[in-house]
Amino acid sequence: MALDKNGIAQRIAQELQDRWYVNLGIGIPTLVANYIPEGIDIEFQSENGILGMGPFPWEGEENADLINAGKQTITALPGASFFDSATSFGMIRAQKVQLTVLGAMEVSETGDIANWKIPGKMVKGMGGAMDLVASAENIIVAMQHTNRAGESKLLPACSLPLTGVGCVKKVVTDLAVLAIDPLRGFVLLERAPGVSVEDIVAKTAGRLVVEGDIPEMKL
Amino acid sequence: MIQKVVPNAEAAVEGIADDMTMMFGGFGLCGIPENAIAAVRAKGVKGLTCISNNAGVDGFGLGLLLETRQVKKMISSYVGENDEFERQMLSGELEVELIPQGTLAERCRAAGAGIPAFFTPAGFGTEVAEGKEVRHFNGKPHILEHAFDADFAFVKAWKGDEAGNLIFKGTARNFNPMMAMAGKITVAEVEELVPAGQLDPNAIHVPGIFVHRIFEGAHFEKRIEQRTVRPRA
Repeated sequence: MALDKNGIAQRIAQELQDRWYVNLGIGIPTLVANYIPEGIDIEFQSENGILGMGPFPWEGEENADLINAGKQTITALPGASFFDSATSFGMIRAQKVQLTVLGAMEVSETGDIANWKIPGKMVKGMGGAMDLVASAENIIVAMQHTNRAGESKLLPACSLPLTGVGCVKKVVTDLAVLAIDPLRGFVLLERAPGVSVEDIVAKTAGRLVVEGDIPEMKL
Repeated sequence: MIQKVVPNAEAAVEGIADDMTMMFGGFGLCGIPENAIAAVRAKGVKGLTCISNNAGVDGFGLGLLLETRQVKKMISSYVGENDEFERQMLSGELEVELIPQGTLAERCRAAGAGIPAFFTPAGFGTEVAEGKEVRHFNGKPHILEHAFDADFAFVKAWKGDEAGNLIFKGTARNFNPMMAMAGKITVAEVEELVPAGQLDPNAIHVPGIFVHRIFEGAHFEKRIEQRTVRPRA
């Protein structure tokens, strides 16, 4: 069965490593914070200017001066710090943040990503995504394998305006975990419980490398 | 001590004119100069180029200046929260330049730090890089970006003193410090204005040299854009 949003977030959380600073994008990535594995210490960075971001506040304790990059009210954990936007993107460009998780409309087999604009239909802007993908060493994309029309979002080349070039290292979808090898394409690593390799092959438009037995994700 | 206090928002926007470039601090509706926005609206100046991370929402923040058609061009990184904005953009009434958020912050910082231009990797290979000089550093491509040039910068702080020193609170800091540095004339509105000597000099986020006019805002609504809470059991 294909994973739901929480399942995708749960699988991505397995990628977290002790003492990492992590930036989570809006949508499915935000849910990753709910599944931090036992025994590891993570600090979440939100690019509007906080390190040590905590969960949503209790009802009645929300504070207009304390939000995340999705404009949601949040809390600050012990050890948190606030800073300005230049400092925030300074730590991003200088690769102090070990992992960036973000959503995408399209990913290409060479690691290009498109997620900010659909010409003639939707222009919301790139926010911090272009800065994040241009600098982060480790970028995981969290998304559905296909769009609402059932078309693959894993393509030979992106058709939408790009957010970044050759930057995505790993993609976690409702169907699979895939690494990106810039020379070979999408390398299938794991499949969602009950999802067959054939399903994934059928729904992946870009080059797909399937080597040996593909294990099921362990959630 | 050099006095920076003006009596109110109306006095603080003295000298604004049609076709000026203005910066507005804030991220979403967090840390926006609400009182200055209202005063700019009341003055009725038109043809403005506004530099702000976002464009407010319908009926609040910079949405108030879009409503009255005072804005000719918006320079922002994310504008997805405003129907009137989208309508004016799609109909061509409003010119829009979208730039990466870190580049936006650094173009402000550069302006306030006397750096005319800088190279950044953000946007390489995308439409943001079109027509811009590319150089490789340590094997990686970077694009040339220039400092902003703004006639006025409007920022909002938590506390300030008569000398123009500013302290921010929480994530309401965001773009405000860099924009304060960048304005030819910087106007700061604060929730609490205190006499010189009342703020700990160790705790100042923006030194008063960058602030030309300061006033205590008459009213702060501090609207929350996305109220997300954990329900109590």
